[in-house]
Amino acid sequence: MNAMADRLYFRRRLLNAVSLVLSGAATLFGLFWLVWILWVTISKGIDAMSLQLFTEMTPPPGQDTGGLKNAIVGSLMLSSLAVAMGAPVGIAAGTFLSEYARARKIGEVIRFVNDILLSAPSIVLGLFVYTLVVRTTGTFSGYAGSIAMAFIVLPVVVRTTDEMLRLVPSQMREAALSLGIPQWKVTTQILYRAALPGIVTGVLLALARIAGETAPLLFTAFNNQYWSTDMGGAMPNLPVTIFQFAMSPFAYWNQLAWAGAFLITLFVLAVSLLARTLLLRKKTHHD
Amino acid sequence: MTDAPITFATAVRSAPTGAEAAPSPVKLAARNLAFHYGDFTALRDINLDVPQNKVTALIGPSGCGKSTLLRIFNRIYSIYPGQRASGQVLLDGEDVLDPKYPLNRLRSKIGMVFQKPVPFPMSIFDNIAYGIGHYEKLSKADMADRVEAALRQAALWDEVKDKLRQSALGLSGGQQQRLCIARAVALKPQVILFDEPTSALDPIATGKIEQLFAELKQQFTILIVTHNMQQAARCSDFTAFMYLGELIEHGATSTIFTKPTKQQTEDYITGRFG
Amino acid sequence: MPSSNDHIVKSYDTELQRLDGEIQRMGEIAVAQLDAAIDVLQRRDTQAAMRVVANDDAIDKLEQEVSHDVLRLLALRQPMARDLREVYAALRISSDIERIGDYAANVAKRSMVLNQSAPVTVARGLPALARLANNLVTEALAAYRLRDAEKAMHVRGRDAELDAEYTGLFRELLTYMAEDPRQITACTHLLFIAKNIERIGDHATNIAENTWFLVHGELPEGDRAKADLTSSS
Repeated sequence: MNAMADRLYFRRRLLNAVSLVLSGAATLFGLFWLVWILWVTISKGIDAMSLQLFTEMTPPPGQDTGGLKNAIVGSLMLSSLAVAMGAPVGIAAGTFLSEYARARKIGEVIRFVNDILLSAPSIVLGLFVYTLVVRTTGTFSGYAGSIAMAFIVLPVVVRTTDEMLRLVPSQMREAALSLGIPQWKVTTQILYRAALPGIVTGVLLALARIAGETAPLLFTAFNNQYWSTDMGGAMPNLPVTIFQFAMSPFAYWNQLAWAGAFLITLFVLAVSLLARTLLLRKKTHHD
Repeated sequence: MTDAPITFATAVRSAPTGAEAAPSPVKLAARNLAFHYGDFTALRDINLDVPQNKVTALIGPSGCGKSTLLRIFNRIYSIYPGQRASGQVLLDGEDVLDPKYPLNRLRSKIGMVFQKPVPFPMSIFDNIAYGIGHYEKLSKADMADRVEAALRQAALWDEVKDKLRQSALGLSGGQQQRLCIARAVALKPQVILFDEPTSALDPIATGKIEQLFAELKQQFTILIVTHNMQQAARCSDFTAFMYLGELIEHGATSTIFTKPTKQQTEDYITGRFG
Repeated sequence: MPSSNDHIVKSYDTELQRLDGEIQRMGEIAVAQLDAAIDVLQRRDTQAAMRVVANDDAIDKLEQEVSHDVLRLLALRQPMARDLREVYAALRISSDIERIGDYAANVAKRSMVLNQSAPVTVARGLPALARLANNLVTEALAAYRLRDAEKAMHVRGRDAELDAEYTGLFRELLTYMAEDPRQITACTHLLFIAKNIERIGDHATNIAENTWFLVHGELPEGDRAKADLTSSS
């Protein structure tokens, strides 16, 4: 009896060791490519990293100096407007799903549609906004670009808001209601405050997502070589600039493309870290 | 040498407690109350009188419907679709289940404290001021007085008076529960409902809250749901035993725990439930 | 009301049964002691009397055990309703049985003294009195064992009979002492013995009343019939 138990135990330990090795190898495999990409981005990009990146405009082909100022500023403007449009709608929709439609059929339907939008290819969204806005207004514009990006922000924020609000214990709702506070006040003054870190995280993650989206911008904001803060016309932005510069035969333009890629990577990393620390702080604060 | 033995019965009879000495007016009453979750009937034919300024305890095995009954009294079930109550709940003679009775008036008269302490994500001061501010416009000084009074009533003032502006989430479990009690008494209700208020707390925190019941009942009518029989025996003046959605027996606590009239009641409290 | 169910925690039942067993044993010894004491009275056997006195120890030890067990039960089990009344009754009844045992031993002790002088004629009434008291004790203990409140009430009624007999014997002894002062010493001992026996009857009635309380949760109606008129005449 004991010998049998020992054999079984040995087999299990062997199985455990083999699985550990295999999953470790798989992890290393995945990490390898990630590290390589980062390494290439950093090493190629760091050469072009200097202060002029932020102070000078995109240069014409053949020029040896120049920066990405207009593209960076343009990207910031486009992203801010996109979040400003998408986040409030997303939060409102997420609140509706969590507070008013939690177990109802309509809630299931909305969530389903939201998930589809979440995984829609961004180029499709770009094409949609092209047809809707660019064709009707007759021009590329920053507004069209922001609208396209808002469509990406929206489902992310809806999802996160819905989940974060659902995490708030129902007893907190009941406690507020049993004080006689009306439902809308409970939602805005108690629930939002309780779920705030989570909701902000959702917005930040959406921001990180749209920072590097190129496809929607190709059809909508297109690009601009010059300094422009007029959202009514084509706006300079980082992703499309990288696209153009990387495909060109000019060496300096290629370098700038790498630098731009590095900047975007850094930005996404920073925003993700911020989102993560926000969420962690909320957790440790409770106990 | 004494002739007649001094038995337990004579000892109890010769020293009447407040509850058995004179009957109290009925503050809250359930009449022919029934409750349904969709098609399932959770409560049937409940008739219960809750006397004023006394502590009444609801006991019974899990699933007997005691929490369900408690939640009818302040109509907190109304936020969930598919749950409905029939019958009457009379607060000072008025039926509060009547749709015409305004909900917020009901909830200002009947407060509730839950099993899990749920302080709002605000400072300690704001937790209490929030509810008050919804009903009354007070000056800063008046509000500070009201908050202090509520915290004193909940026996929490001394422990938090120096950190009123700190987040309520930093308090211990027992303190958070007393904060929730302070939040409820701050609105000056007439009845306070407690749903297993100490089941998440350690014995010392539990003891402090049991002491609170004795103090609070002078001003409020208290109804507690507890699965801890000894707590019901210690704290309450009246006890009601429920089983499978029905009210089996109801009476003075000392009677229920020394000579209950129904077999089911005795089986439950002596631990013979089978 | 006794439940057909056992406690969910089986050891609780075991402890209650143990308590009951201790009381039963105490009762058995007490009744045996009383029997022996009556025997001693009739046969004037000093050796037997000394054994009775020595055996009283056994009852005292059991009473201590009962007290100890009752305390444990109260602290550890927090008995409620009928369980509480059982434990409470066990405590009170064990105390009554212990007193009965003491009185039986006292009777034996005094008869040892009596044996040193010549037999007194009026002492013939004593064994009958003692047997009556013994009957009461046996019946009360049986009522307790069966948890039969009606049977217990019967005991309560019969105590009046015992008291009446005692009153009669008391008067007889007084008359005897008045007629023949040389018998005063012996008669005084007899008086004490008779009083002890009457007290045994009272304790048997206590046991009966506690049994009623155990079953019904309240004292029986009306005062118990007191027919001991010796203190009022």
